[in-house]
Amino acid sequence: MRQYFGRKLFIYGLTFFVAVTVNWLIPRFMPGDPVASMVARASISQPEAVAAMQAYYTDLFGLDQSLISQYFNFWAALVTGDFGISIWAYPKPVADVILGAVPYTLGLMIPAILLSWLVGNWAGALAARRKLLDNTVLPVGYILTATPYMWIAILLCWGFGVVLGVLPVAGGYSFALQPSWSWEFIGSLAQHWVLPFASLFLVALGGWAIGMRNMIIYELEADYSNYLAALGAPHRLIRRYAFRNAVLPQITGLALQLGVLVAGALVTEIVFSYPGIGSLILKAIQNKDFFLIQGTFLFIVLGVLIANFIIDVVYVVVDPRTRAGMAGAST
Amino acid sequence: MRNRTRFLIPFLAVGLATAACSSGGTTPSTQGSAAAPSAAAPADSKSFPRNETLYSSGTMWGPPANWNPLREWDSATGTKGLLYETLFLYDPNTDKFQPWLAESGEWTSDKEYTLKLRSGITWSDGKPFTAEDVVFTFELGKIETVPYHNIWTFLDKAEVVDAQTAKFTFKEARYQQWANHVYQRAIVPKHIWGSVKPEEVIDFANENPVGTGPYKYHSHDQDRQAWVKRDDWWGIKALGKDVKPKYIVDIVNSSNEVAMGLLLQKGLDLSNNFLPGVANLVKGNFGVSTFYAEAPYMLSANTAWLVLNTKKKPMDDPAFRKAVAYSVDTKRIVENVYGNLVKAADPTGLLPQWDKYVDKSVTGSMGFSYDAAKAKQLLADAGYKDTDGDGFINNKDGSKIDLKIIVPTGWTDWMESIRVIAAGAKDVGINLTPEFPDYNALVEQRSTGKFDMFINNERQLSNTPERYYDYIFNLPVQKLQNTVNFGRYENEKAWELVGKLDATKTDDLEGMKAITSELQKIQLEDMPIIPLWYNGLWSQVSSSVWKNWPSDAANAPKYPPTMWRNWLELGGVLTLTELQPAGA
Repeated sequence: MRQYFGRKLFIYGLTFFVAVTVNWLIPRFMPGDPVASMVARASISQPEAVAAMQAYYTDLFGLDQSLISQYFNFWAALVTGDFGISIWAYPKPVADVILGAVPYTLGLMIPAILLSWLVGNWAGALAARRKLLDNTVLPVGYILTATPYMWIAILLCWGFGVVLGVLPVAGGYSFALQPSWSWEFIGSLAQHWVLPFASLFLVALGGWAIGMRNMIIYELEADYSNYLAALGAPHRLIRRYAFRNAVLPQITGLALQLGVLVAGALVTEIVFSYPGIGSLILKAIQNKDFFLIQGTFLFIVLGVLIANFIIDVVYVVVDPRTRAGMAGAST
Repeated sequence: MRNRTRFLIPFLAVGLATAACSSGGTTPSTQGSAAAPSAAAPADSKSFPRNETLYSSGTMWGPPANWNPLREWDSATGTKGLLYETLFLYDPNTDKFQPWLAESGEWTSDKEYTLKLRSGITWSDGKPFTAEDVVFTFELGKIETVPYHNIWTFLDKAEVVDAQTAKFTFKEARYQQWANHVYQRAIVPKHIWGSVKPEEVIDFANENPVGTGPYKYHSHDQDRQAWVKRDDWWGIKALGKDVKPKYIVDIVNSSNEVAMGLLLQKGLDLSNNFLPGVANLVKGNFGVSTFYAEAPYMLSANTAWLVLNTKKKPMDDPAFRKAVAYSVDTKRIVENVYGNLVKAADPTGLLPQWDKYVDKSVTGSMGFSYDAAKAKQLLADAGYKDTDGDGFINNKDGSKIDLKIIVPTGWTDWMESIRVIAAGAKDVGINLTPEFPDYNALVEQRSTGKFDMFINNERQLSNTPERYYDYIFNLPVQKLQNTVNFGRYENEKAWELVGKLDATKTDDLEGMKAITSELQKIQLEDMPIIPLWYNGLWSQVSSSVWKNWPSDAANAPKYPPTMWRNWLELGGVLTLTELQPAGA
């Protein structure tokens, strides 16, 4: 057990190190100088003032040091939780900018991923056993997964937001409100949440349902199921075994989804102008905000690693074969 | 299944909890920074009643992050104008200065300017506004990183005479530039800013801003900035005017589509976004209107120039530059790319508001317009021939001409425009290709002088055409040209004339005109830069909640209907005092 987790942790540590290094490198290989464009935005006419500002910002962002010491400074700052200062939202620290967006992304993505997984698996498993359901769930599922996400999101936005005018098309909450613990505010929050959530939920749902249906059918026709049936085991028991086996690949799929969860749904957040991490990434790239790009990517790397680790733990719980393997390895 | 999914319950619970209270994360921080202002106004509610609120957008491209009026390019919308104020307002429509924080200001001798301040003005924290604050603000300019640092090249000293009087002594009287400064510099309170370290002044986020203006900070979030009206604003008594909306909520731009959607849903009163095709909305009775009901729909805000690198062959040849000027089909850009939302520029490039400075006799004989045949003729006369038979002209030494014209990628209207320009150039035999680097790369090429041609519109409307000539002729050419004379055009005589113009008193219209006429001759003879069109002061308004918006109709106010940075002191704030509730 210890060896298993030790190995996993080592791999995660290594991945983290490499990812962070690459993450640090990328902005520095991008064309253009962030300080130059920052000073250019200030549109100062006096050359002396420009030189002074340039020197000031170069020093502030530590860009005047050698690459090696910049790299080490970066790690040192990282350990203390300092992601640097955003250029786009100057002079706000990157960590603050990201933390402001995280609740929206998590609030949108966690329910969307988990609910679509649960409902999708349930519908898929059910469909595998009932002809009638199979004939309805399957085509609907195919249509949902095959629909380009952009399109369904824009359709929802247009239908409910513009044509019916019942749901808002932009923002995290009403522009007429201020955050507070009032029902009015929570209601507005929920109202703005419905459409992005629904679009994510619908599209993911179809995929899970189809996957589950196919897995169940496969498992029900596997040798062990036939053997169990031949022994005269009740159908219910066979189905339960089939389900347990069928759900494993689905968990892996879920793990992958949860991993990129913090990246937000870039397209969703852009279509609905939802103020999460996804729209932050877009803004950071559009504004060449190297430090924010670095910060958001680092956040995603951390998210992927943590989610994967959790799933590793979960696997030990749900898949006896992993436990058996570990026991084998330790003896 | 029941057993196996149990482990998911905590996840789901966390997810739903976060969803239900994503306000939880933002509430404390927002309230934290709003603590001081809202303590002064306990009546503040948590929501903005629609009929008391003005919703605007089109200024901010990122979350409001600082309320520092010295950061005139990225401070939160309204920081200068709603919260901090300037000494004067300048109305480009009538070319008049209106005393604002100042009561009067005049040149008491050739090199001495005396400023009288209004009495009875208080900062929003109750402290009186005095000459100390004014002198302090100008002295901040002594710090190298402060954007108006350059005034100290011609200003000698600023002194407090008494609480309401300040005196400025100059080393060199630059009347035009000084007139610029008196209405563009936001005055900050000494009792607060005095304790900020000099090196931090430019980075001061100023989260609890204290100003003299008609509004004070209410709250902000990632995607908005809210202001609340000050009931004790000095203007109510002194001017007999008051801003009408109790709240102003400025929404951070996400995309033009969102702005359009909000505008049509009546969720937005004033959109200063560039909305392509807005002409259809104005004509189609969607409840959206613009300053003019007909083309060009918008007031003009700045000139888009075609900048040529005069240090590179063949752009170093005035004849070649002139030929390029004749090859640009501006009409096609105005009509096809912009749908008549902009106006073709005058050959001098001076904005319509500066029409009186245009010497019509000069532009009449030397002006240019689209004429492909004339462009070809000019090239032939100057000795440019297609010597290698590839269909394009060659340099006089026979080498190939292969030029690039660039604009930042994603600036779709400009991208279309340079396609038109490149096509026009190809028609007359100049091999010009449009390219779309990213903004940073363009800035780098621009400041180091590695480009061939690009479009720029960074100089805005102001009180004097001197600012435009400074933009065109500024010398000496530095290693990095960041804001002026990107084309690195060198003409000592012209630069001297600009200096002379700067030293001409602002009320000496004839004196100014004599110099601008000279400059226009040089400009049209040498063509260092080619004026293309006037970009609009993009502004779409909805009259569902607020009416009496500025327009060209008889009786309507003529102030610029905008919240753009640096426009509130050009009369934008008076737009707010003229508004009326639509319901009343």
